[in-house]
Amino acid sequence: MARMELNGIAKAYGTVEVMRDIDLVIEDGEFVVLVGPSGCGKSTLLRMIAGLEPITAGDFTIDGERMNEVPPRERDIAMVFQSYALYPHMDVARNMGFSMEIARAPAAERQGRVAAAARTLGLDTLLARLPRALSGGQRQRVAMGRAIVRDPRAFLFDEPLSNLDAALRVEMRLEIARLHRKLGATMVYVTHDQVEAMTLADRIVVLEAGRIRQIGAPLDLYERPANRFVAQFIGSPTMNILPVTAEAGAVRLADGSRIEMPQARPGASHLGIRPEHLEVTDPGEGQIVGTADVVEHLGSDTNIAVSVAGIGALMVRRQGTATLRPGDRIGLGIAPGKAHLFDAEGRALRPAPAD
Amino acid sequence: MASIRRTPALLTALKYAALAGYVGFALFPLYWLVKIALTPERVIFSEGTQLWPSAVTLENFRTVLFHSDFLAFFSNSLMVSLGTAAATTLIAAASGYAFSRFRFSGKRLIIAVMLVTQMFPLLMIIAPIYKIVAAIGLLNSLTSLIVVYTAFNIPFATFLMQSFFDAIPKDLEEAAMMDGCTRFQALRKVIVPLTLPGLGATLGFVFTAAWSELLFALMLINSNDRMTFPVGLLTFVSKFSVDWGQMMAAGVLALVPSCLFFIFIQRYLVQGLTTGAVKG
Amino acid sequence: MESRSVSRQTANDTASGETRARPAGPGGVLWRHLIEPYLYLSPALVLIGLVMAVPLAIGISYSFQSITLLRPLDSGWVGLENYRDLWSDRKFWRAFANTFQWTFGSLAFQFGLGLGLALLLNTAFAGKRLIQALVFLPWAVPAFLSALTWAWLFNPVIGPIPHWLAALGLLDEAENILADPALAMWGPIVANIWFGIPFFAITLLAALQSIPGELYEAAEIDGASPWQSFTKITLPFLAPMIAITVMLRTIWIANFADLIFVMTGGGPADSTQILATYIFTTAFRKLDFGYASAIAVALLALLLVYAAVLMMIRQRLVRT
Repeated sequence: MARMELNGIAKAYGTVEVMRDIDLVIEDGEFVVLVGPSGCGKSTLLRMIAGLEPITAGDFTIDGERMNEVPPRERDIAMVFQSYALYPHMDVARNMGFSMEIARAPAAERQGRVAAAARTLGLDTLLARLPRALSGGQRQRVAMGRAIVRDPRAFLFDEPLSNLDAALRVEMRLEIARLHRKLGATMVYVTHDQVEAMTLADRIVVLEAGRIRQIGAPLDLYERPANRFVAQFIGSPTMNILPVTAEAGAVRLADGSRIEMPQARPGASHLGIRPEHLEVTDPGEGQIVGTADVVEHLGSDTNIAVSVAGIGALMVRRQGTATLRPGDRIGLGIAPGKAHLFDAEGRALRPAPAD
Repeated sequence: MASIRRTPALLTALKYAALAGYVGFALFPLYWLVKIALTPERVIFSEGTQLWPSAVTLENFRTVLFHSDFLAFFSNSLMVSLGTAAATTLIAAASGYAFSRFRFSGKRLIIAVMLVTQMFPLLMIIAPIYKIVAAIGLLNSLTSLIVVYTAFNIPFATFLMQSFFDAIPKDLEEAAMMDGCTRFQALRKVIVPLTLPGLGATLGFVFTAAWSELLFALMLINSNDRMTFPVGLLTFVSKFSVDWGQMMAAGVLALVPSCLFFIFIQRYLVQGLTTGAVKG
Repeated sequence: MESRSVSRQTANDTASGETRARPAGPGGVLWRHLIEPYLYLSPALVLIGLVMAVPLAIGISYSFQSITLLRPLDSGWVGLENYRDLWSDRKFWRAFANTFQWTFGSLAFQFGLGLGLALLLNTAFAGKRLIQALVFLPWAVPAFLSALTWAWLFNPVIGPIPHWLAALGLLDEAENILADPALAMWGPIVANIWFGIPFFAITLLAALQSIPGELYEAAEIDGASPWQSFTKITLPFLAPMIAITVMLRTIWIANFADLIFVMTGGGPADSTQILATYIFTTAFRKLDFGYASAIAVALLALLLVYAAVLMMIRQRLVRT
């Protein structure tokens, strides 16, 4: 069981500071996903938790015990690598039981645990194979099996699914979710894929350029992004951002249309609206009129790129199929309750607490 | 160069002619060596320059093996070469590992120094080495040769080993450390088993180099019973200055270990020389 | 235990809003970046230091001393006397000139023939693995043995080469070119070419194989002739490898004394004496370590100048 606490963690290579002021508490049994664009430091943070990367400043504790200088082998944490990092010269069984071999556990116990983990992951028939004789999905399972056999107090995952094809990725995602429910262990998971983040996480930590931009439950981040970065990072297609000028109780778009918003106040500089929250209306209704540019039929949804005079391109998403064709004129409506406002620094402006 | 374009027959013929030329140039001296070694003494002068001997004999080999110091030279060389190869490989594996896996202050300087040792005339230190070895009383000992050869071969072997370590993903030893290994355990249980081919190749390279070294051996060894093969063979030349068959037989025998190792390391040549020697 | 108090200190600092680099604890930064790597490096460094660096320094100091083992009473510091002797030593200047002939004569053929071989081996043909092993074989032959073999081949009593040369009309009669001061240098050079082609073929072949095949396909689609493919793709890709191998090899050949020492011993009449063999014969035969070291320093200086010139040329090429 593991409760992890990161206090003012910073990381520097030489004089170059790549990460600072990381404060994060990971509760026992929690599934936390670190997400962000490449280069944001999410993997570095995970590796600091693992002990593979020295922590430059700050404190990292597990269950109240300071871990900064504790080597990885004594942290009792398992990690699943992006490359799987299976030992090429050992068969599946030995790969999975390697940690117990190192700990000099009795062979019988080791075999029992390996067999149990293999059953859970459907690897029973592959135990004598070498990694190079396995498919990508099977390797991924072995990597997870190795972590399970270890029976650690916490699991770390470093983009474990990014080398799999789309179908396998969905399957393994469910597998990991099941595993978490079954083991109830603390898990920290790094990904750049926001779908993985949204589906797996109890809480998501969004990182950008070595800083935490927001921590929250998946729907929290979706509904109440703290800033423009999070707003645009979470959700697909990306949230539309429109420059606005603030008025009392409303904002005015660049094409002159006025949108009532209770949280509008001086300082509001951008309005954010998710593609799925733009209502498609007949031309003339709604606040905005534009021309459909590109219509993408996904079957379950339809994405429409709309160009609006004075504003630019907007992405709109409709459920189901639409009969629209490129060149059609459409009206768009912005529901005030679904729109977000941001100030010039990108901070979200919230409705007054009384609301 | 996958190309559908039809190559003209003339070009193909030229290509095979060129290849035949290279093979002929490469093999002819060795063929000649073997031919003379197999030619009976009585016809050696009468058909000295004929391409094909009229009779063959193993007599020369028998004489060299059983009626000369050959076996002593051979075993001295074997000891020196194996000792050098083992010591160098072990030491270079450690230093190559350090280069491959650590970032540390002074690294660039050490790499530069090692590169420079590959460039300055080794003969420059032959006199000081002689005086030092003489001063500590190790003249005429195989140990001194092993120590000197090991030092000479470490830089190249280090770069070679580094290239082999570089080819092993860092993830693997990190995974091992997560699995409870110390860095040294990870090295022993995961990295070394994966580097075995590289270790073998390095062993082969160094063995061949030590087997061939002549000038330092000539300087540091002068008693007959300690001579390595190259030195011994040169004394053959002056001693049996007319006995061509025996000299060539000894030469053929000297070639055997080199060629064995060559066959073993051949498939690493291309990889090793480029990534190891040139990248630095 | 010490690290614990240190950490508390830092924690306080951080709490007061100040981030500071942590002093290294055991298993910390100092260990990882200083001690541990040097633990692995130390055997190599000690040996290189004791067997190469220290003797190198001593060797340079010898060049300012008189150290002749045959005349032990004469030893002592002599300042620049060895170098003054060098300046007026005609054998030295002869060896100096010979070093150029030896080095560039060998290098040009090794490189040209090695490149040709690499290009051939980069094409497809039956029995390639065997052919490749056979043409690389000379590289495995110990230098002293190559030298002896070629010396024998050049000997008219036992070798065919003089007879062939005479038959071709290149020699008036079948005689040993190693005994002819005008031609002797070509003996070791031929042996060196034989010995050195595989090195260039191997390194250049590796470089050739690293050129992505798509490039040639793209060039072909763009209508390039084979010759254009060679000059526009192959050569530019090979250029870095060529530059570095040629430089390393030049230095290596200039230092390579074994072939000449075994084949001619520097003779006849010093016609094949190069600086490297002159160093060795001076040290080995005359046991005059002071003078040998002075020659060695001169050779080192020559090589440094060569390397510097090459660097300058390279920089100029990069700039334009």
